[in-house]
Amino acid sequence: MTLSQLAASSQQDAFASICLSLQNVGISYGASQAVRGVYMEIPRGKVTAFIGPSGCGKSTVLRALNRMNDLIEGCSLSGRVLFDGQDLYSRDVDPVEVRRRIGMVFQKPNPFPKSIYENIAFGARINGYRGDMDDLVERSLRKAAIWDETKDKLHESGYALSGGQQQRLCIARAIAIEPEVILMDEPCSALDPISTLKIEEMMHELKKSYTIVIVTHNMQQAVRVSDMTGFFNVTVGDQAKVGCLEEFAPTEQIFNAPRQQATQDYVSGRFG
Amino acid sequence: MSSSLASPNSLQSVGSLRYRPALARNRRNQLFTAVATICAAVAVLPLILVLIYVLIKGGSLITLQLLIGLPPAPGLGGGGIGNAILGTIIVTLIASAIAIPVGVGGGIYLAEYSRSGPLARFVRFGTNVLAGVPSIICGVFVYGLIVSTRLFFDQSYSALAGGIALAVLMLPTVIKTTDEALKLVPDELRWGAIGIGASSFVTIVRVTLPAAFSPIATGVVLAIARSAGETAPLIFTALFSPFWPEGVFSPIATMSVLIYNFAIMPYEVQIALAWAASFVLVLMILAANLFARWLSRLAQA
Amino acid sequence: MVGLVLLGILFTVLLGSRDAISAYGLSFLVTSDWDPSADRYGAFTAIYGTIVTSLLALLIAVPLGVGTAIFITENLIPLRIRQVLGVMVELLAAIPSVVLGLWAIFVMEPFIRPGLTSLHQLLGWLPFFSTEPQGPGMAPAILILVVMILPIITAIARDSLQQVPIELRQAAYGVGTTRWDAILLVILPAAISGITGGVMLALGRAMGETMAVTMIIGNSTNFSWSLLAPGNTISSMLANQFGEADGQQVSALMYAALVLMLLTLVVNMMAQWVVRRLSLKYS
Repeated sequence: MTLSQLAASSQQDAFASICLSLQNVGISYGASQAVRGVYMEIPRGKVTAFIGPSGCGKSTVLRALNRMNDLIEGCSLSGRVLFDGQDLYSRDVDPVEVRRRIGMVFQKPNPFPKSIYENIAFGARINGYRGDMDDLVERSLRKAAIWDETKDKLHESGYALSGGQQQRLCIARAIAIEPEVILMDEPCSALDPISTLKIEEMMHELKKSYTIVIVTHNMQQAVRVSDMTGFFNVTVGDQAKVGCLEEFAPTEQIFNAPRQQATQDYVSGRFG
Repeated sequence: MSSSLASPNSLQSVGSLRYRPALARNRRNQLFTAVATICAAVAVLPLILVLIYVLIKGGSLITLQLLIGLPPAPGLGGGGIGNAILGTIIVTLIASAIAIPVGVGGGIYLAEYSRSGPLARFVRFGTNVLAGVPSIICGVFVYGLIVSTRLFFDQSYSALAGGIALAVLMLPTVIKTTDEALKLVPDELRWGAIGIGASSFVTIVRVTLPAAFSPIATGVVLAIARSAGETAPLIFTALFSPFWPEGVFSPIATMSVLIYNFAIMPYEVQIALAWAASFVLVLMILAANLFARWLSRLAQA
Repeated sequence: MVGLVLLGILFTVLLGSRDAISAYGLSFLVTSDWDPSADRYGAFTAIYGTIVTSLLALLIAVPLGVGTAIFITENLIPLRIRQVLGVMVELLAAIPSVVLGLWAIFVMEPFIRPGLTSLHQLLGWLPFFSTEPQGPGMAPAILILVVMILPIITAIARDSLQQVPIELRQAAYGVGTTRWDAILLVILPAAISGITGGVMLALGRAMGETMAVTMIIGNSTNFSWSLLAPGNTISSMLANQFGEADGQQVSALMYAALVLMLLTLVVNMMAQWVVRRLSLKYS
């Protein structure tokens, strides 16, 4: 597939099914603005990567996609985030419902202080899952490529696993609630290269059934796993530094033929 | 991609993100929120009631005469709580004079000289146990040690005995806050001082202690405020006296014991004095608490 | 120095109670006869009072305190109001016990008496409500103990909740829990060791609490099962009688003080043990 074909097809796809649409999104912590003016259309069934220097607000934007920022005191959002055409921040939206449809994997592996089995079953149970729980646990662990390592110790604590295994357990936990979108906030930053590789391989499988948005510090990782890439940058605003979306395009284009000079500088390693 | 095919139809029914208050989980959520709100209200209510009562009932009685007068004999009117105010100050000062040097010294020993030796572990354990000893037991202890043995100049009940009993009560708090405050001082600061040739004593006095001053002061002020309101250790050590203080070896009036003694008397005048003493005591203690709060905020800034 | 004081306390109390221990032995703990004129002493009334008042006070104060702690840590209401509430609870802890006792005598007890009376009429067939409330008694003492230990439980529960790592909260919300599912199923279990420790400390405090209880419990040395009748606790008995006691009575009171010390000691050591056990389990 040539570059132009890919661009064309992804454009077509994007029109056909846009999963998340950000329209002039700005996010502030108290009085200080973290991000502003973000327009973005995240396609369904693809992997979208957010890259950029630290402090550019890419994680903040990611957390805005399932209203995780609600947990942070004084965090407010302007603009609109549409999911399947519904504004996530409209007054009558239930953030709990949002998080059930848009799951999340965090930077630091954060299993519950419960058994491996319960880590998976907990989310499903509170989501009202009625089916065979053993089956769901096995399926989720298999999808997260951690079944073989855990099948003999399902009732041991999740904390007994290594960091990489814990992170895959967290991915399995996110899958078990059967969301439509999975957000991943630098899921490999605390992991060794082999665990990272396993998770990347898994993402290729996962994107067949989920839309994935991943924040990463690692540009090679973005190239390896993503279809679309958004490059966030820090600009010096009126007084403070503010993050903004510099460029959003198919991954190939971002890394081979970016339109913006800043993107070019960043992906070629001149800063960041 | 079955999910995207199905979505146009199911969007309205299944896919809606709208908040549905009738959902069991949302009902449960609201129920618990209501319960927690009630808990908080019930917990704060007594404070407000007590404060209002003490401030209105006690505050309305306050006159200059009351602040400088002596309590009247049972059955008579007038009088004041001047001797008790002075007594509370004296006894608390005695307690502070004993507990602060000893407690800060103990805390310094724990944090600077012996962080985890067996003796330090024992002292920390002992401090925790002592902090849990009921205050009335401190009174019993000082009674047995000083009052019944007539240790000081053949005097039994005395202001000094009361002060010692309060000091025993303050000691664990002062040790703990000093220990913890010093542990928070970064080691780099100590190394810096020792690195330029200061002895460990000089390091502690000139560098470490000043760095930890504010949290220690906060803890000490809180300990003093708490001991000023204590009654149990005083009722059979400092006892009570209807007269002006006659020196530290005689029984002495304190506001807390005055409240206790007068509250159960059948005379209106005495009960009114008890409310007035409560007013003064509560104001003093709240002021000390707010002062401590200000001190600790000073430390954070 | 601390050790010295501690040993001194133990030594003084042991020495003082030597006579009574040899005279009454362990039957002191289970007989309820307290008659200074005949020099017969049994502390069961006071021991029963100590344990019952503190346990019942705990029973009421724990849910209230934990609920309040949740209310002021989880973002149910704006930060500003929560901070004010937190400060208020801390100030409540600073009010001297003797002032609360005064308030209990003149404000709280008359206010709750009608309620207690109807409780008696309704449940009088139970031994615990079998007497007519007449002013001072165990029930008002329990309520004032609740007021006194609430700030301790609230403060410790709040600290424990605040120490639950943010990652765990995010994990809970991330799988789509409602606020209260997250609190009850994830956050509270993670904070349970600290909260339990605080509860045990509060129990120790309730057992040793003297002034407010002494002023409102009625100081009766006659045993009654009823919570509405006047009763006694070890500490209120000490406060009430120690000043005027002599001879064998002093020794008997010292013996009671020893019992109180051991009770609080056991509770406090259990607190430290429980905290260690539970924090091992969850980390």
